[in-house]
Amino acid sequence: MNVTLLRSQSEQDEKTQMTHMEKEFVYKTTDLNLWYGSTHALKNVNLDLYENEVTAIIGPSGCGKSTYIKTLNRMIEMVPGVKTSGEIQYRGRNILDKSYGVEDLRTQVGMVFQKPNPFPKSIYENIAYGPKIHGIKNKKVLDEIVEKSLRGAAIWDEVKDRLKENAYGLSGGQQQRLCIARCLAIEPDVILMDEPTSALDPISTLKVEELIQELKKDFSIIIVTHNMQQAARISDRTAFFLSGEVVEYRDTTTIFSNPTDKRTEDYISGRFG
Amino acid sequence: MQKLVDKEIIAKQMSSRIIRNQMFKGLFFLSTLFGLLVLGVLFYRIITQGIGYIDLDFFQNFASRRPENAGIKAAFIGTIWLMVVVAPVSLILGVGTAIYLEEYAKKNKFTSFIKLNISNLAGVPSIVFGLLGLTIFVRALALERSVLAAGLTMSLLVLPVIIVASQEAIRSVPKELREASFAMGATKWQTVLKVVLPAAIPGILTGGILALSRAIGETAPLIVIGIPMFVAFLPKTIMDTFTVLPMQIYNWTSRPQTEFQDVAAAGILVMLVLLILMNSIAVFIRNHFQKRY
Repeated sequence: MNVTLLRSQSEQDEKTQMTHMEKEFVYKTTDLNLWYGSTHALKNVNLDLYENEVTAIIGPSGCGKSTYIKTLNRMIEMVPGVKTSGEIQYRGRNILDKSYGVEDLRTQVGMVFQKPNPFPKSIYENIAYGPKIHGIKNKKVLDEIVEKSLRGAAIWDEVKDRLKENAYGLSGGQQQRLCIARCLAIEPDVILMDEPTSALDPISTLKVEELIQELKKDFSIIIVTHNMQQAARISDRTAFFLSGEVVEYRDTTTIFSNPTDKRTEDYISGRFG
Repeated sequence: MQKLVDKEIIAKQMSSRIIRNQMFKGLFFLSTLFGLLVLGVLFYRIITQGIGYIDLDFFQNFASRRPENAGIKAAFIGTIWLMVVVAPVSLILGVGTAIYLEEYAKKNKFTSFIKLNISNLAGVPSIVFGLLGLTIFVRALALERSVLAAGLTMSLLVLPVIIVASQEAIRSVPKELREASFAMGATKWQTVLKVVLPAAIPGILTGGILALSRAIGETAPLIVIGIPMFVAFLPKTIMDTFTVLPMQIYNWTSRPQTEFQDVAAAGILVMLVLLILMNSIAVFIRNHFQKRY
């Protein structure tokens, strides 16, 4: 499927075009290919991700959606034997270029993982970790960052009286919001979320979804989800991945009500995946 | 529906399965009992033989030709001197190697070859390390029969054990924690220092203390590098010669007078208490600082 064609198709949509004009790109992916050894995991991916939006990436298991989101902060490099070609521009600079320092990139682009992964430290230390490694030592500033981040992740009221307690004492849902708060503490530009609610119960999931709606005012959010209802509920734009290719990418309302590609329609209506 | 599971066979097998279950339980209990019994006999003999010699004088006297005057002052203090060299040298080198192998080294055939060889080194007879120490530290580096030469030799001996234990501890830190740190823009060193090491330290210390207890009990490498057995002075610097507890015990057991057998038993008692103390510290660290994920 020619993705450039898709892009121009969606640009014909007047409403979409309006948003295009107002909003800036954070990421511009051009002809991205990725191999795990000899497995071709991403094939000619072209995607433009917009500022202050929630972009959902959906698709069946093994379609490359997690691989793609991990390329956006180059966490994919931790997998041995990964090769890439093509370009990912973040705010106009190619992050796949060797001269782009990963530490620098990841200061701008935070990530929330599938399984809550707080450090076995106190709640306070979990949040202060990011600012500390970037050299912020002033106790008063750190205190403020911790409170602001926990408030930002809507968990402050639940933990404010036990900041010194170990984060492992929190419930799974609280741990995940703590991880989101930890991510906010470095004041990133983009937040990547790799199936952030797949390990959570429905109520915790709802809280995280509400939180994502709140966060998109200040951050650009890219979320991988295997839950289509979730994508429909919370995202502004949705990309459908299949076997390493982008099949369809357009605004969420359109893709769910009126998908262009037969495969998208089949997936969305639950015929496979 | 056709039933394939014959209830009669199940009923017939039931009692023999339960008997076999009991049999193996008994077998495993007997194996444990055997070890405990032998250990019990050993303790009984050593305590009845040696307890009479343990008093303040025993710790304050140097070795002597007369059993009633013999003490472990030089050996006891010498063991502490040895530990002062072995503990920092082996821990720093061992943990450093483990960090490099687990966190920095590329995961390729060469690295796994090195890891395999380190595990093998842990099984090399201690006397071989003694020969190595004699060649390198005593002769080539001309350290003579000093605390330093003995300490470095012992460090080599316990290094593989510390490396393997530290590797295990580092490997057991979940990869999700490293990812969380890297995803926030932390460098490798910051991640190792602030996330990996704090989580791995209980395992590292447990392995380290067990390795040090081994170093306390070893005799062979020290005999090879020529550490004396009869010493009536204390080392003043790490370049002085000295002796250690197992050497002193070995010396006493090889004497003709039967009284010296009892003095040796007293020395063994002191060493056992020292070892139990160190192992208890290891258990304490493991139980109280171990993090569960």
